[in-house]
Amino acid sequence: MVKELFIQGNEACAEGALKAGCRFFAGYPITPSTEVAETLAIKLPAYKGSFVQMEDEIGAAGAIIGGSWGGSKSMTATSGPGFSLMQENIGYAFMSETPIVIVDVQRGSPSTGQPTMVGQGDMMQARWGSHGDYEPIALSPSSVQEFFDFTVEAFNLAEKFRTPVFVMADEIVGHMREKIIIPDKIDIVPRKMPESQKDFLPFKNNGINPMPSFGEGFDIHVTGLTHDERGYPDANNPKTHDTLVRRLSSKILDNKKDIVSTQKDFCEEADIVVVSYGAPFRSALNAVNIARDDGLKVGSFKLNTPWPFPEAEIREISKNASHIIVVEMNLGQIYWEVERVACSNSKTHLIGKIGGEIPKPNEILAEIKKVGGN
Amino acid sequence: MPDEKSPFLKYLREDRLPTIFCPGCGIGTIINSFLKGVNEAELDFDNLALVSGIGCSSRIPGYIQSDSLHTTHGRAISFATGLKVSNSDLDVVVFTGDGDAASIGGNHLIHAARRNINLTVICINNNIYGMTGGQISPTSPKGSFGSTAPYGTTDNPFNLAELVATAGASYSARWTTLKIHHVVRSIKDALKNPGFSFVEVISQCPTYFGRKNKLRSPVDMISYMKNNTVFKAQVPSLSRKELEGKIIVGEFANTKKPEFVENIKELSKSKSDSEPIQNSAYLEEF
Repeated sequence: MVKELFIQGNEACAEGALKAGCRFFAGYPITPSTEVAETLAIKLPAYKGSFVQMEDEIGAAGAIIGGSWGGSKSMTATSGPGFSLMQENIGYAFMSETPIVIVDVQRGSPSTGQPTMVGQGDMMQARWGSHGDYEPIALSPSSVQEFFDFTVEAFNLAEKFRTPVFVMADEIVGHMREKIIIPDKIDIVPRKMPESQKDFLPFKNNGINPMPSFGEGFDIHVTGLTHDERGYPDANNPKTHDTLVRRLSSKILDNKKDIVSTQKDFCEEADIVVVSYGAPFRSALNAVNIARDDGLKVGSFKLNTPWPFPEAEIREISKNASHIIVVEMNLGQIYWEVERVACSNSKTHLIGKIGGEIPKPNEILAEIKKVGGN
Repeated sequence: MPDEKSPFLKYLREDRLPTIFCPGCGIGTIINSFLKGVNEAELDFDNLALVSGIGCSSRIPGYIQSDSLHTTHGRAISFATGLKVSNSDLDVVVFTGDGDAASIGGNHLIHAARRNINLTVICINNNIYGMTGGQISPTSPKGSFGSTAPYGTTDNPFNLAELVATAGASYSARWTTLKIHHVVRSIKDALKNPGFSFVEVISQCPTYFGRKNKLRSPVDMISYMKNNTVFKAQVPSLSRKELEGKIIVGEFANTKKPEFVENIKELSKSKSDSEPIQNSAYLEEF
């Protein structure tokens, strides 16, 4: 039965997780993400799942990796300071190809910053926060419905590509209440058990491997050390390392077509394009609509997946647009990615708003008019 | 010795031998004791899941033919917590060292003990960081030498078995590699205890601890253990001075307490019609 609910973004995230098959959550309280944990603490027992409040976020990240190898789709939710603490174990999850979902409801930062106010300062931390080379997948919802949808999608991508996936939400989307529709049937991607224990290579140099859970007789060895196809450490072998780390990157980059998601409004003939993601998209689209009513050729480009960065799509937009305005709640993180890709075709501008308030439509409209010569 | 193979060889990943452990290291003795303990506890070997962090002792799971999770430094117990909650049928054993468990992983250690989660933690305490080359650890005796304590450490060491018992573990014990029958029996008891079990094994590191503390050979180190071990039962009859620098062996906790994952299962049963579903990630529908 289709369900209509009027709920908070963080609650919608929890509902999405349950719908996607999440049956293990480990977390640590942190504003403004705590309602995700609180909702799952209430609901998981009824869904035949388990909830654990860990001693810190390092432990929470460790527990969900363990939970995933135990055979459960596993998730945690946090905000900037907790996301910082998780980074080492996040790197472990990339190296060991463990599907997990990490939700970051971003707040004002750096450091303790503005715990109850909105920010988008963790976008580059999602990209590069752990040491070493890896290709993350991140989704940024801009509505309560999308927080539900993107959480489901995060689990599906995590299983499909055997990799950690981030839902990079923000305090506005986390705390606002909107109506959402939960369809009766939702496509979910189940994990694949390898067919045979005999000669099974859990880390084969061949794209994405099926994943056994512990206790099924595969005698799998999982390590964060550079490992060969059997999973055995081979850390002093340059070729093993090169092969492994390149495979981990290419299993994402070679499948960008399946992963990257954007929403384009009025971009075809646009001379000015406003790029945004998360809550600021709401203001951006509003400003674009007003500017269009005033006769300006303006479009809106929304990144549903900031990572992997939609390079081809931004390059395409830049061919027509003289100006690209990036709106985000930091001092320029995704902006530099846009500049890197679009600089030879378009002039790029940043509306980087910090302080804990969303960029307002009139601020964006003013910038559109400034660069558009009106 | 004749060509007779060890009865435990079948439990090892033979294609990974020889191990990285130094000659004279106590870890080999402890692997042997562990396999014997598993046998004596009559556990199904296929049901074992071994988890470890970083350090010499954390390399053990890589040599045992079993599912094994070699994790980040200090965090093994948190990974093991998720693994056990996710599949409570597994017999989850954590191998760790004094640096891994008591320094960087100290928080996870005491909280797992507090929860009394059914894990067996075997902590190989050699009083030093071996893998990184002989730095002092949170269990290095006061006055002992390490590469980061060239003038002797002035830090106070942790009493690990007692710390874990105080934090709430239902089983905690300390033994040495000198008397392996104690270690075997203790590992057996730990594996059978349905709660958090901690077995601290004082072990020799001749390569680093020995070299820096005038106990260069494994025999010197074992002799030191022999001459300085006191049973816990003897403690009340000894003065503080007589106990100085002594290794106190024995059980520090052995009780029955409610277990963490059982509590989660009960909650699930009360809110739905069953315990948490295992291997739910493989289901096509929910």
